[in-house]
Amino acid sequence: MPHAQPEAPAIEVHDLTVAYHRKPVLWDVDTAIPRGRLVAVVGPNGAGKSTLLKAVLGLVPLASGWVQVFGRDLRDARSLVAYVPQRESVDWDFPVSALDVVTMGRYGRLGWIRRPARSDTEAALASLDQVGMKAFAHRQISQLSGGQQQRVFIARALVQDAALYLMDEPFAGVDAATERAIVELLRAMRAQGRTVVAVHHDLQSVPDYFDYVVMLNMRLVAAGPVASVFTRENLQKTYGGRLTLLDEAAEAVRKA
Amino acid sequence: MTAAISNLSLHASDWWTIGTAAVCGVACGVPGVYLVLRRMSMLGDAISHAILPGLAAAFLFFGTRDVLAMLAGAMATGMLTAWLSAGVARLGKVPEDAAMGVVFTSLFALGVLLITLGSRNVDLDPGCVLYGLIDAVALDTRDVLGVAVPRSFLILSVFAVLNVSLVGVFYKELKIVSFDSALASALGFRSGVVHYTLLAMIAATCVASFEAVGSILVVAMLIVPGATAYLLTDRLSRMLVIAAVVACVAAFAGHLLALATGAAVAGAVSVALGGLFAGAALFSPRYGVVARALRRAALALRIRREDALANLYRAHEGRAAETRRAPGLLDHVAAWALRRQGLVVAKDGVSALTDAGLARARTLIRSHRLWETYLAERVGLPADHLHDPAHRVEHFITDELRGELAGDVGTDVDPQGREIPPDRRAEGEP
Repeated sequence: MPHAQPEAPAIEVHDLTVAYHRKPVLWDVDTAIPRGRLVAVVGPNGAGKSTLLKAVLGLVPLASGWVQVFGRDLRDARSLVAYVPQRESVDWDFPVSALDVVTMGRYGRLGWIRRPARSDTEAALASLDQVGMKAFAHRQISQLSGGQQQRVFIARALVQDAALYLMDEPFAGVDAATERAIVELLRAMRAQGRTVVAVHHDLQSVPDYFDYVVMLNMRLVAAGPVASVFTRENLQKTYGGRLTLLDEAAEAVRKA
Repeated sequence: MTAAISNLSLHASDWWTIGTAAVCGVACGVPGVYLVLRRMSMLGDAISHAILPGLAAAFLFFGTRDVLAMLAGAMATGMLTAWLSAGVARLGKVPEDAAMGVVFTSLFALGVLLITLGSRNVDLDPGCVLYGLIDAVALDTRDVLGVAVPRSFLILSVFAVLNVSLVGVFYKELKIVSFDSALASALGFRSGVVHYTLLAMIAATCVASFEAVGSILVVAMLIVPGATAYLLTDRLSRMLVIAAVVACVAAFAGHLLALATGAAVAGAVSVALGGLFAGAALFSPRYGVVARALRRAALALRIRREDALANLYRAHEGRAAETRRAPGLLDHVAAWALRRQGLVVAKDGVSALTDAGLARARTLIRSHRLWETYLAERVGLPADHLHDPAHRVEHFITDELRGELAGDVGTDVDPQGREIPPDRRAEGEP
């Protein structure tokens, strides 16, 4: 696993505000996510869950605040972070095979211009094997089922051999067998000391799959171990309607 | 027209014309693949139009038609189009395609205006920019190692080599940025840099191609080879090669068409490109109209054959056939095919299953009754809603699925009390 600053949390977010078209979608989020945890990010639609992941990855401009990964600026820690975007975010008719997609996970360490070597292909095949997709390596990706496509995405993250994995709805639209396989993988990753932060929709499975939870609804409602934080009261705060003043303030900022 | 073509003999000047169109096609078609894949084909159209004001402005500013001045001007407005379109779309109120439509038409009109103003006292011909001079490439030549090579051919060859090399060198970067730009950014690749480099390449190639082939053929060469190749393969590397080949074939076929009809070469090559695309759309092995129709027909025939087998099995069990409809042409073909395959024999004018036919029919009935049982037990459908869904699904149940179903329902009698035929490994072909 790549080198990380000792002791620093996996993710530290300080007073983070993110806005689209000037309209804030995340307000003043301030939290630290410890290492070696399986972390669920939950909240209603439009709560800013994906945005939080993208902010950590530096994919969206920050209106205020800062993010650190293992105590370092993201630019110095890219090799420590792997990202599994939402399945719908890419065009599955793109003319590439499952193996091609997984090999993309090695591009970061290859840098500009250098071509993937045999060792990269072998690593990609090994990681396809880990998700039970080796037999499909040479399939064009549109010929895969939803669950298989998700496994390919996860294999692509595995091949990055990162310390922190950010996954946007890894369980969305997958079959039961794939869901079980992914959960097994996540547990194995935690056993290796890796940190996984996943946007998750099925509240019922949160206590089974995860041990740490971040509850969002445009602002941070609560964050901490599932056992102490994932309570009825906090769920009500998270899902029981938005803070209407936040919405109104966001409108006011946009119109100004 | 065939006779006309066979009477033609190609002169050196014809080969230069074909060659110029071909190198132009490779120079445009190869980067064009990425426009097609990124669903930005309109941007190719936009850029190729919007460089006109760049050409005019560069001429008015530098007072020369020097290639480098023209390139600089055109690349500037080409990029400006992409950047302005994205900017207008970011205003929030205007969709991206509309933003592009506004930007490039305005810039194009501005270019026409500038040219009209500028050409009052100088020789700058809007017609040349729009239609190109490909019919006469051989008239303007440069001496290369003792051979008189048309200037357009030289310039476009340079661009073809340059673009193919750039795509080769940055193959990995173009692939990841086109497929998943968020991942590319997260891995530290500058998506914007790759994007605008691609656009700069395309803008520069458009300028170089304009003089030779005109704007209609440039737009066609940017998009049609890539779109054609997309129908023929699902590997990016092959798609790039096929796009280049399509462009070359269109150059050759288009020139013959022009010779035979007396039409302008640029127009004829565009028509040839359209013809190649239509050919791919019709005859592509996987995505073509014909292949799809054949696959559908084969499936329909298989279903009829299987229905006939299943009915014979029910007769063999002493039950009435379950589907009653007047036999159509397809049923007669199916019956003929079953006899030919040796699954059915005609005895005294009555059809009967052979051993192989019986085995196949048993598997089908097994699928049908397993599915009925599954629907009744697990989905909870009432008894009179079981047959039709099972009748549709039975044709698609694989060995594996059948095994899982058998394990799941754990009975050998279907909801109507009929036996579910056991799985016999002595079955014929699957």
